[in-house]
Amino acid sequence: MGKTVEQRERVVVRFAGDSGDGMQLVGGRFTDATALLGNDLATLPDFPAEIRAPAGTIPGVSAFQIHFASRDILTPGDTPNVLVAMNPAALKANLATLERGATIIANEDAFTRRNLEKAGYQANPLEDGTLSDFRLHRVPMTTLTTRAAESLEGVGTRDAARAKNLFALGLLSWLYGRPTDVSERWIEAKFAARPAARAANLAAFRAGWSFGETTELLDVQYRVAPATDVAPGTYRQVNGTTATALGLIAASVRSGLPLLLASYPITPASELLHELSRHEGAGVRTIQAEDEIAAAGMALGASYGGHLGVTVTSGPGMDLKAETIGLAAMLELPLVVIDVQRAGPSTGMPTKTEQSDLLLALHGRHGESPLPVLAAATPADCFETAFEAARLAISYRTPVILLSDGFLSNSSEPWRIPDAASLPQIDPAFAHGWVGTGSGETFLPYARDARGVRPWAPPGTPGVAHRIGGLEKQDGTGNISYDPANHATMTRLRAERIAGIQRELPALAIDADEGAELLVLGWGSSYGAIRAAARRVRDRGLKVAVAHLHHLEPLPPNVGALLRAYPRVLVPEMNRGQLAQLLRAHFLVDVHSHTKITGQPLFAAELEDAIVDALQG
Amino acid sequence: MRSKADFQSDQETRWCPGCGDYAVLSAVQAFMPELGIPPERIVFMTGIGCAGRFAYYMDTYGMHGIHGRAPALATGLATTRPDLSIWIVTGDGDALSIGGNHLIHALRRNVPVKILLFNNQIYGLTKGQASPTSERGKITKSSPFGTQDRPFNPLALALGAEATFVARTLDTDKQHLPAVLGAAAAHQGTAFVEIYQNCPVFNDGAFDALRDRAQGAVNRIPLEHGQPIRFGLENARGVIRGADGDLEIAEVADVGEDALLVHDALREDPSLAFALARLAERPTGPTPIGVFRAVKRPLHGAAAVRNADRPVADARQLDALLHAGDTWTVA
Repeated sequence: MGKTVEQRERVVVRFAGDSGDGMQLVGGRFTDATALLGNDLATLPDFPAEIRAPAGTIPGVSAFQIHFASRDILTPGDTPNVLVAMNPAALKANLATLERGATIIANEDAFTRRNLEKAGYQANPLEDGTLSDFRLHRVPMTTLTTRAAESLEGVGTRDAARAKNLFALGLLSWLYGRPTDVSERWIEAKFAARPAARAANLAAFRAGWSFGETTELLDVQYRVAPATDVAPGTYRQVNGTTATALGLIAASVRSGLPLLLASYPITPASELLHELSRHEGAGVRTIQAEDEIAAAGMALGASYGGHLGVTVTSGPGMDLKAETIGLAAMLELPLVVIDVQRAGPSTGMPTKTEQSDLLLALHGRHGESPLPVLAAATPADCFETAFEAARLAISYRTPVILLSDGFLSNSSEPWRIPDAASLPQIDPAFAHGWVGTGSGETFLPYARDARGVRPWAPPGTPGVAHRIGGLEKQDGTGNISYDPANHATMTRLRAERIAGIQRELPALAIDADEGAELLVLGWGSSYGAIRAAARRVRDRGLKVAVAHLHHLEPLPPNVGALLRAYPRVLVPEMNRGQLAQLLRAHFLVDVHSHTKITGQPLFAAELEDAIVDALQG
Repeated sequence: MRSKADFQSDQETRWCPGCGDYAVLSAVQAFMPELGIPPERIVFMTGIGCAGRFAYYMDTYGMHGIHGRAPALATGLATTRPDLSIWIVTGDGDALSIGGNHLIHALRRNVPVKILLFNNQIYGLTKGQASPTSERGKITKSSPFGTQDRPFNPLALALGAEATFVARTLDTDKQHLPAVLGAAAAHQGTAFVEIYQNCPVFNDGAFDALRDRAQGAVNRIPLEHGQPIRFGLENARGVIRGADGDLEIAEVADVGEDALLVHDALREDPSLAFALARLAERPTGPTPIGVFRAVKRPLHGAAAVRNADRPVADARQLDALLHAGDTWTVA
């Protein structure tokens, strides 16, 4: 019997199972195949903080969501069209996110009495009508996988059963016409050293595909055509972590400064330490420090030595780095601090995302210690934002805080790879001799150029040996000074140097409908959700203006004018309204907040409602 | 050959009159020419406390950092710049209290830096609170009824962290201090040097048993590698291993020269150095000074040191990195 093939513009698939079921792996493979097919895509991994919560329970559920489409898409999708549920807990944890009519593909072998109890089901939801609003497909994945693999030489029952995630991958690959060669190549390489596991996984993957092809259970196959509205170029799939690492390496190459990353393991920031530690061949050095404070200190020590010092952390790690960031502000040395924001306060929810460190980044130090703050908007945008953070740090001799978040670091999307040679050069402009002196005899470490930037003379430079430190210093000489007027001068000079960065910032770009009366202004990882919501609002014939901040300190030069140009301003944030508070304070504009603090990203649908409310309000 | 003056900065030294720091500063400045390293390749990194000011007074590169963090800052510098001679100057509060974690990890890693710990057993800059090396029961501004906590023994702590070089000397000893600095400078790896330093304002006389010429002649136990450990007037006393294995002080006339312990700073096992470090609970009686331990171990960042000239990637390598993995092209 021939299968019907239906075209879809966009699809959201969510793979959900126990932490030990390999859902992140399956999601990653499906994403790779989807990227190579040429669909636009966005992904959202969602896993528990515990390494292995009790198997089969709701806290142990790990999920991976992918949104793919034949046109430009902006978010990992609000609600899945298809849920793959490997056990009852995965079904229960995700059922609320589904809309009526969604497809559920359940591994019915896992719906045993014991597993149902662990998930808190009194009766089997596959049988009691709970799922009558959905298109349910019951597939005995464990049985079919075991049957496909158990006859293979050297494959034990356990190896066979473990491969059921690859069965799910094969089935979904058939359902959406994903290329199989990418996944098969990956399996061959991954299990090259373990022939039995390789054979079991290949067999499971092919069995999943064949199941779709041959059984009558699934009668429709879907196609999502390659995206056509994308700019020409060479693409790859990146998540925010990889893009950040590449941005930092690119800044190292374009500045000629070797990169040192010092970090203390903390979720979700550790991923960047793992990623960069693999790039020693590109001159990258990494240190796993004894604590968060040491990590910041080591990075600053490297910068003092004329290298590019970077530290990365999350949550409470940021609190601990404040002291060193203050020293870097006083020393006027480059330091890149990456804050992969997570839900707080304290340990909070380590694997869940939030944008609640904005005010901390701006003000979380004693004394007047201004510094530039940037925020990445999308996973791929982490490349440019990391590069820009390093450029500002080096050019202006200042600590820079780059705000990322758990959502950005784990999510992935296609990235148009830039031409390495076309990236801007970053000139560290090291001092090679005496600077800015009337007498011509003394090196003045705190003499300033027209931008207020002091010379950077790393140890080893002859003729300009000098001392710097955390004590207030005399303007020009850098000698210790407790003079009241001098402190006022130095405080002003430090502030003006950072504020002056605004002169080189491009005006904030705005995407506005003619006659729009509402400006939606966002920052950070809500970019995709805000754009998608604006698109939906426009599809309803309504008018809106949208803009997104990458530079939070200093702000682009036209922000005040933009805010005043619209009768209404809405600022969506995953916090209690931190940017809104800043904008109100700076510009005396009646900004309205839309906030969400659930540990989940903002969704396009909820923002659509918020925008429509604001338009009517 | 450079002179002491080449290492004196133009900054006015501002410690209290009679502070032991003056003597150490003078000795270090006088020692520097012996290093044979140009001043611009020498870096002094300090934390907070009276000793923290040291960086400003050396005409080398210098960074006066934050309280306790000099070992962390120096680790970042040493990892990236193996061409530099890096000296940390710290105090008992800076190194052993607020910076304790950084200290033990620098020692564990064997970062190529020299650590000079000025131990005056008191907080001086904050005007007289108890420090982690103050003796139990000490009455200070923060402990009017006497401290309750047992003090650290800095050398025992460093040895417990498996430091590769551990030594002790005295601020005002113009022969012993430079000799220990020379040994520390020659050591490949972290050199930890405790310097007993008198604070004339808040803890005067804490080390008189050793610093005073007459008392010192009786109480200093000089450690010299390969030599029997003898001390006192006419070297009449010595260190032996007692019947229970513990170290003891004995009259040479009673036990005979052959019974004396022969110092071995090169022993891989730190237990002898540890026992010597614990021989005197407080520096109020016979106390060993000199190099307790000097052993070889791989350096932190040894790979980086091997590739000191390793450049950053070039544009071609960067291009390859950016294009790593599966890519696709849209025309």
